[in-house]
Amino acid sequence: MAAHGSNYINAEKGLASWFTTLDHKRIGLMYMISVLTFFLCGGIAALLIRGELWTPGNTLFDATVYNQVMTYHGAIMVFMVIIPGIPAILGNFLLPLHIGAKDVAFPRLNLASWYVFMTGAFLAISTLFTNKIDTGWTFYTPYSLKTSTAVVSMVFAAFIMGMSSILTGLNFIATVHKMRAPGMTMLRMPLFVWGIYSTAILQVLATPVLGITLLLIAAERLLGVGIFDPALGGDPVLFQHFFWFYSHPAVYIMILPAMGIISELITAFSRKTIFGYTAIAFSSLGIAAVSFFVWGHHMFVSGQSEVAGIIFSFLTMLVGVPTAIKMFNWLATLYKGSIQFRSPMLYAFGFLFLFVIGGVTGIMLAVIGLDVHFHDTYFVIAHFHYVMVGGTLMALMGGFYYWLPKMFGKMYNEFWARLSFVFIFVGFNVTFFPQFILGSMGMPRRYYGYLPAYQSLNQISTVGSWLIAIGFLISLYTIIQCLMSGAPAPANPWGAKTLEWTIPSPPPHDNFDVEPIVTAGPYEYR
Amino acid sequence: MADKKTVPAEAHASPHFVVPYATLRNVAFALLGFTALTVITAQMHLGWAAAPIAFLIALMKALLVMAYFMGLKFDAPLNRLIFACGFIFLSLLYIFSALDIFNRIPQLPTL
Amino acid sequence: MSTGNPAAHSDHTHHTAHHFRDADHEFVTSKEGIWLFMVTEILMFGGLFVGYFFMHNRYPEMFAEGASHLDWRMGAFNTVVLILSSWTMALSIHFIQTGRNDKATKMLLTTIACGAIFMVVKFFEYKAKFEHGLLPGHFFHAHEFTAPNLAMYFGFYFCMTGLHGTHVLIGMGLMVWLLKRNLRGDFNEHYYTPVEGVGLFWHIVDLIWIFLFPLLYLVG
Repeated sequence: MAAHGSNYINAEKGLASWFTTLDHKRIGLMYMISVLTFFLCGGIAALLIRGELWTPGNTLFDATVYNQVMTYHGAIMVFMVIIPGIPAILGNFLLPLHIGAKDVAFPRLNLASWYVFMTGAFLAISTLFTNKIDTGWTFYTPYSLKTSTAVVSMVFAAFIMGMSSILTGLNFIATVHKMRAPGMTMLRMPLFVWGIYSTAILQVLATPVLGITLLLIAAERLLGVGIFDPALGGDPVLFQHFFWFYSHPAVYIMILPAMGIISELITAFSRKTIFGYTAIAFSSLGIAAVSFFVWGHHMFVSGQSEVAGIIFSFLTMLVGVPTAIKMFNWLATLYKGSIQFRSPMLYAFGFLFLFVIGGVTGIMLAVIGLDVHFHDTYFVIAHFHYVMVGGTLMALMGGFYYWLPKMFGKMYNEFWARLSFVFIFVGFNVTFFPQFILGSMGMPRRYYGYLPAYQSLNQISTVGSWLIAIGFLISLYTIIQCLMSGAPAPANPWGAKTLEWTIPSPPPHDNFDVEPIVTAGPYEYR
Repeated sequence: MADKKTVPAEAHASPHFVVPYATLRNVAFALLGFTALTVITAQMHLGWAAAPIAFLIALMKALLVMAYFMGLKFDAPLNRLIFACGFIFLSLLYIFSALDIFNRIPQLPTL
Repeated sequence: MSTGNPAAHSDHTHHTAHHFRDADHEFVTSKEGIWLFMVTEILMFGGLFVGYFFMHNRYPEMFAEGASHLDWRMGAFNTVVLILSSWTMALSIHFIQTGRNDKATKMLLTTIACGAIFMVVKFFEYKAKFEHGLLPGHFFHAHEFTAPNLAMYFGFYFCMTGLHGTHVLIGMGLMVWLLKRNLRGDFNEHYYTPVEGVGLFWHIVDLIWIFLFPLLYLVG
């Protein structure tokens, strides 16, 4: 029985107790600090990019530096923020709570995942101080084989972080299969768990291929093997097949947990059971499965055969179906619900709006004829920022504001939280909507310079980036103020129904004093 | 209200299984036999059939190792499914890449 | 908790972690975790096989020429060695499960020895390649050869056998650890999960070689 006032934060004192913890909640917090720090780094790189693009010529730095900045923005955001993001932070914190377990299946492996992640991250950051890479985060050959920058270090860093992702995924699959409380059947699990579970399957199945691809880049550079280098008789398009076999499922690793969060937010703040639970649950698995069949849509203009292109195009459109199922079910949940516009719900609405735009433009890009025009333009950049930022990041923010009271036992100031949403939402659209237009007009991506005709839209976009930055600074202030002087949070400030709300805020070290016996689904509002 | 779904299914049967000594020995000999077979068939001039035959023999050996040495024959079906997924998804990498590579129309000669 | 096996010393009796219902729950969960990890090994090595396949298809004569430099007898011998080592590994688990930890120790030692023999043969194979300049990529400096990009074959050869060999060494290291723990009395018929795990890993190493041997040495 937990002592009164004893929770996972104060259960043990001292920094060493954190670095040797086996508690999934503490590990979630450690990931939170790491990932948010890397988000700051990637965000600064973004501001530098947008700052440089204020004018067509040299605004802040030259083209060589620009190539480096845009590479690090991508690499940091992809490998160190968005892929680990929700699973490592909220997944770690919540998964055992959601299924009524004391911890994940392999707590020591969980701690090891964090250390492995940090090792890879440090190696990646170190390249900033040795020999900054300029290949773009996608490491396309043959340039990545020829450039005299720290590619080998960076691919090893990504390899190591990939291992962390695999270990987390493996842990979560075993946890979902084996650690559920009595009565918690798979179809009684919260939809956040279905999101994390589908993601974990992707992490285990897709990441190893990235692993071998990265090792092969290193082998090519160090030994000159020749598999991807056309000068040695290799096939650079084969590299792209290998790379995107992982990297396409990777974008679903980014979005599936976010969709899980949205399910939780929509149902809690409509005070209504989710519409179509089974469809949403299986659509997560469906999206995960189909994600392996579509990677060639990144390669329509690479020299890939037309036959492959047509098949990939068709299959890509297919992946819109399970996604749409989710969207419609969320909307149906809202219908006749008792909606509360608390800040987490604002972020959920933001997601619904922005993700639709991102998703639909994705379907546009799936059409080969359109993609030939849009490939490597700002249209693509706008598309994936709408889904990754408008989608995943919005959901992550909503999730933070939803679960912050549970994690820290404090309530935050609702006004500042809502204000941060306004700045981020408005700022996001101001930044990225013009980029759809710029892309249609033909502005290429990853380019340091552009035609003068594109300047006004670029400047609007840059102003938008400042609004986003202000929004996140407000969020940072909100969180710090909450931690320092927030009002104590009750066990269930939102009146939600999933298991984490039945225990104190913050939770005790062992989660549940008595193992819960589950007799109903997770959203029995009415 | 008592809920029918509270008792975990694994509570009844033991998950431990001992593969008999004789079985392990027989499998080892079979593996050695298949190895000899693959070496012998490699010496024969089978032309285009050499590679598929070698692959099939290797597959037989692999199945024996997986079923008996790794114990999949006696293990939980979920573990069989999990391991099968490795090969299934790997085949996707091959199939779709092949869909591209074998349908390309060559414009320039290779080296 | 039953400790019917006299070989298990009580101060090294395994304590089931508190978040599991019982020892069986921990066992099946750990096994599933190990199988999930094995899937990643298949996919990682598999990528190399896929790459090999496509390049082989593109340069059939070059690959045939490369393969002609490999000695199939050394490859076959190593195949036999690994099969025997898989057998002894499976036997070590069998003996622990049936309460004969001393025999298990012998089997573990034999497995390690087989791994060592494998690596020694590998050493001689590599040495021969080095002497003839048959090295990967830009280190290739052989004298008499036909295919202009023969270096690519040896890039594949060293990457695939090198990655495999690394796993052999890792496996041997893990088995030394198992040996230590077995001698200490950690394992018995109720608890042998680490042996099971390392065993599965070692069988994967054998599995990879079962495909690598015909691919590299026989079919070419």
